Amino acid sequence: MSKVIKILGTGCPKCKTMTSLVTEVVNENNIDASIEKVEDIMEIMTYNVMSTPALVVDDVITIKGRIPSKNEILALLN
Amino acid sequence: MFDWIQDLADWTVYKVLELDKGAHLAEALNFFIYDTIKILLLLFVIIFFMGIVNSYFPIDKVKNYLSRNKLYGLEYLMASLFGVVTPFCSCSSVPLFIGFVRGGIPLGVTFAFLITSPLVNEVAIGLFIGLFGLKTTLIYVTSGILLGTISGYILQKLKLESYLTPWVKELLANAQKEQDAFIADKKALKDRLPVIWDEVLTILKGVIPYVIVGIAIGGLMHGYIPEGFFEKYMAKDNFFAVPIATILAVPMYSNASGILPVAQVLVAKGIPLGTAIAFMMGVVGLSLPEAMLLKKVMTLKLIAIFFGVVTLCIIISGYLFNILL
Repeated sequence: MSKVIKILGTGCPKCKTMTSLVTEVVNENNIDASIEKVEDIMEIMTYNVMSTPALVVDDVITIKGRIPSKNEILALLN
Repeated sequence: MFDWIQDLADWTVYKVLELDKGAHLAEALNFFIYDTIKILLLLFVIIFFMGIVNSYFPIDKVKNYLSRNKLYGLEYLMASLFGVVTPFCSCSSVPLFIGFVRGGIPLGVTFAFLITSPLVNEVAIGLFIGLFGLKTTLIYVTSGILLGTISGYILQKLKLESYLTPWVKELLANAQKEQDAFIADKKALKDRLPVIWDEVLTILKGVIPYVIVGIAIGGLMHGYIPEGFFEKYMAKDNFFAVPIATILAVPMYSNASGILPVAQVLVAKGIPLGTAIAFMMGVVGLSLPEAMLLKKVMTLKLIAIFFGVVTLCIIISGYLFNILL
């Protein structure tokens, strides 16, 4: 089943880094997933995170407030 | 403790590059080498240490603690202290603000956190120790914490809830002390280290360019501007120096990293320390980008009051430093 990945962040440099890393990992490993950037603060707050960027995989918050390594992302997506 | 770095700088400049002792270029270069090595080392140590502390006190834990415990007035100080150990990113200030409001934490306490978090952070502390020594660092850190505490308290007394944006007011009305289950990480330090290490590298990578450019400019000024040069313009008895320095600083946005090495040289060349600290607090603590972000949760009026109170407190502490130091 296709995974739904969401990246929560108001558009700071860290959030952009996270988005490009996740995109790279997905492409390099041919993972069946959709990537969505959530920039609206009200929507971000529905996830109850207080530090961005946050990585949400299938509606589960997996990482918040820091940029993960590519290996870490890969492990989270598998 | 840092003698060996000075030896290394001396050796590089006078022996390897064979520059004349006392020449402007030699002095500037010597200063640059010494300061860069010393500061990067200190930054590394402090960021690493703060990373460990933060790993055990993540923001969610802080929020739960503040919203669950009755602290009889100490909550402002606690929020301010938590602000010190939490790494601050201006882009996180809005989610953080909302999280606190939703947890039923009073507005003033949230402000105390928001003020201290950027003001006293790991990068500023590392740079301060390297540039100004331990004593000045302690004064800066203590006053930063007090500044957050007092400003937070004042802001609470002003009863500003009605100046929040409507959707935040709604959140405030539904605020609950209840806590979303926070699953505490029971990981051992050994397992936390890789993540902390990554963070240290990310932060260092982010600030190194600013630090190096800052020290380079500082080094040049150090070598070419005569001692006491600024005393003429910014003497201690110049009443307007502190407010002007602070007000100039507020719209500026640099990570502390770029501005501190320059400020250190200014102090060495005659600007009173209090004036310089007020300037640095203005640069580090308040910035226009942060104000723009806060517009999502606060009306302009509230942002203006927030910045106004903090600016005023910074100016007062600038005066205090000039009198006390």
